[in-house]
Amino acid sequence: MATKRVLMKGNEVIAEAALRAGCRNYFGYPITPQTEVMHYMAKKMVEIGGNFVQAESEVSAINMVYGAAAAGARVMTSSSSPGISLKQEGISYIAGAELPAVAVNIVRAGPGLGGIQPSQGDYWQATKGGGHGDYRNLVIAPASVQELYELTVEAFNLADTYRMLVMILGDGTLGQMMEPVAFRDEEPIKVVDKPWAAVGRGGRQTHNTVTSIYINPDDLEAKNRELQEKYKYIEEHEVRYEEFGVEDAEIVITAFSTCSRICRNVIRQAAELGIKVGMIRPITLWPFPSAPIAAAADRDNVKAFLDIELSAGQMVEDVRLAVCGKKPVYFYGRMGGNLPTQKEILEKIIAIHEGREV
Amino acid sequence: MIDFSIILAGFGGQGILSAGKFAAEAALHEGKEVSWFPSYGPEMRGGTANCSVVISDEAIGSPVVNDADVVICLNQPSAEKFEPSIKPGGILITDSSLFEYAPSRDDIKFIPMNASSIASELGSMAFATITMLGCLSAATGCFSRASFESALYEILPERRHKLIPGNLEAFDKGAEFAK
Amino acid sequence: MAVVFEKTKGLTDKPFHYCPGCHHGIIHRIIAESMVEMGILEDTVSVASVGCTYNSYEYFACDAVQAAHGRAPAVATGIKRTLKDKIVFTYQGDGDLASIGTAEIIHAAARGEKITAFFVNNAVYGMTSGQMAPTTLLGQVTTTSPFGRDASYQGYPINVSELISQLTGAAYVERVCLTDFKNIQNAKKAVQNAFKVQQAGLGFSMVEFLSTCPTNWGKEPIEAMDWLKEKMIPQYPLGCFKGQDIDFKNLGQSDAEVKS
Repeated sequence: MATKRVLMKGNEVIAEAALRAGCRNYFGYPITPQTEVMHYMAKKMVEIGGNFVQAESEVSAINMVYGAAAAGARVMTSSSSPGISLKQEGISYIAGAELPAVAVNIVRAGPGLGGIQPSQGDYWQATKGGGHGDYRNLVIAPASVQELYELTVEAFNLADTYRMLVMILGDGTLGQMMEPVAFRDEEPIKVVDKPWAAVGRGGRQTHNTVTSIYINPDDLEAKNRELQEKYKYIEEHEVRYEEFGVEDAEIVITAFSTCSRICRNVIRQAAELGIKVGMIRPITLWPFPSAPIAAAADRDNVKAFLDIELSAGQMVEDVRLAVCGKKPVYFYGRMGGNLPTQKEILEKIIAIHEGREV
Repeated sequence: MIDFSIILAGFGGQGILSAGKFAAEAALHEGKEVSWFPSYGPEMRGGTANCSVVISDEAIGSPVVNDADVVICLNQPSAEKFEPSIKPGGILITDSSLFEYAPSRDDIKFIPMNASSIASELGSMAFATITMLGCLSAATGCFSRASFESALYEILPERRHKLIPGNLEAFDKGAEFAK
Repeated sequence: MAVVFEKTKGLTDKPFHYCPGCHHGIIHRIIAESMVEMGILEDTVSVASVGCTYNSYEYFACDAVQAAHGRAPAVATGIKRTLKDKIVFTYQGDGDLASIGTAEIIHAAARGEKITAFFVNNAVYGMTSGQMAPTTLLGQVTTTSPFGRDASYQGYPINVSELISQLTGAAYVERVCLTDFKNIQNAKKAVQNAFKVQQAGLGFSMVEFLSTCPTNWGKEPIEAMDWLKEKMIPQYPLGCFKGQDIDFKNLGQSDAEVKS
């Protein structure tokens, strides 16, 4: 008997998933289109005896996250693009102090105040660091409400395992839509010891310190080398992606989250026209699935790549690095909060197929 | 059934978003894949509201609908806005007791239905969208009456279950109209 | 031989890096002594900020978290909400607390966060070499007010204790100085009062310390002490601005939320 599927909004599912993952601390500041995460937390967190604080700003919210994480708690914040920009200071400190935390970005279109409709324009900010210094965040891009649930739970495990910030990168579509979700009876919670946490000495001989400051250049370089080694290990062990149809595809689409869903339908339409199209969908945006894209580029059947994004073309740069000039990489994107239609993408595919695309 | 798509549109407060949820929940009850996506933004009370519902036997692509199989409208501006989004051969259902509408296309099926009058006779304007769901169900078969009934039990809190017979009556009136 | 005085266990063995005549050392010591005397050293988490005391965690023997500039009250909020039965304090300078961190301190106080802020006001930015602070006096020469702070150009000093004391969530606010033994004893009492208020869960507590900065004031330590008394105290009067009615003798005994 299959588990019962319930119809829920993406944003609410993120909050529910966090609670199921044992998160008892949420700090946030309202912003569209992610406010349902806050609304859900405001009610449920209090009901189960957890902490919910509506902070005075995103800057404060992320620093509350920093404090709770330093004290060893599972903690989350959520926001949307302009708010995530404000959180970058704290995110850099979280990286420097190696604290586990989960941040959700339900991306809206920018730059500036921009709009409130869906976008993927924060890809660079999320995957290339975002704040100051040499650091990475683990970035996960769910494509459905079910995935929002499962990957949010997983985000807490990854954060604790690697002592770093894990970002769930969604968009207005994913956050606002309702879809069926089937919850597990029990969550696969990974319990990680946190002997480094600042919880009061409680009999310990030495005192714990959570800090990101290393005044001595040699100490700071050593710290950076440690971080880079951790990132390298993650690149080798935590890449997640979905691939289909590549083995006989003429064109391989690269797209994540909302765009990948639209492309899935287009691939079906293209097949009806006799054009074989496959797809590689990154689930982790960092670490990026470069290897499967490089492998696809080496295949004789693959003639071209087509990257689809809700931006002017950000992930396409990582795709091009992976393809490394072996095959042409075309791009189609929409901005401002608009989504590409199936028709638009199909026309692009036909143009590539017929050799009209340059 | 692959990506059967519905747009519901009207003024905020007419129950548009809830009607969409009922439709999605009913189809979910039949084991279908469903998605529901609302218009969102800094909209004023009484402003326009719409949502897209997609029902499919397979994983759903975009929850945002550009080519709808059915468009249900409770006001004139929505009808004008979404008529072009209907697939050739698709259906436009309007509440003819709220506004007179003449579609400019002849490649769609037009069902003007006096939904608000029927609702008024049943004692609550809130039934208008429900009669239109009945009409949708009967005209397309995208979900059954039984599934709709299950959806009511699923979505409505227990204290409001006494409203279910009324809702079903409204649904049946709408279904009769479609025939 | 009997030991008549020893360094408190509340401090580590690391020598202070503070300039001669600076009051941070005294303030560190009375906070550390208070933690030991009140038996809370093992149950306290301090939050270091940005400024001369960025590494106060190297001196305080309790667990510690280092915060970004101005954000210590938010970080302390996150810690305290997680560790409700622990004592959490921030240690912040005037640039950190009254300039870049104004929003954080005001809202932590307004929420009545059960944390303690130790606020060191020396009317100047110390670490970055003597720039104007929000608490710089009118007429005071700094590297960024080289002609003296001019109200028509640079506005007025902020009286933080008076400001915070207006907030309902603030339970205890006192301003002290460290110019002589009596004042140091009084300051230490204020530190303990603030901790007691936190233990009893009464709300937000803050102690503002008027401190010298001989290096950036361009004065000898004794001269600096005189300047503090003559110039700073008139602008920043000493005293308890909130919580005068609290019965500190019996506080934290019967109605304590945490072990005291």
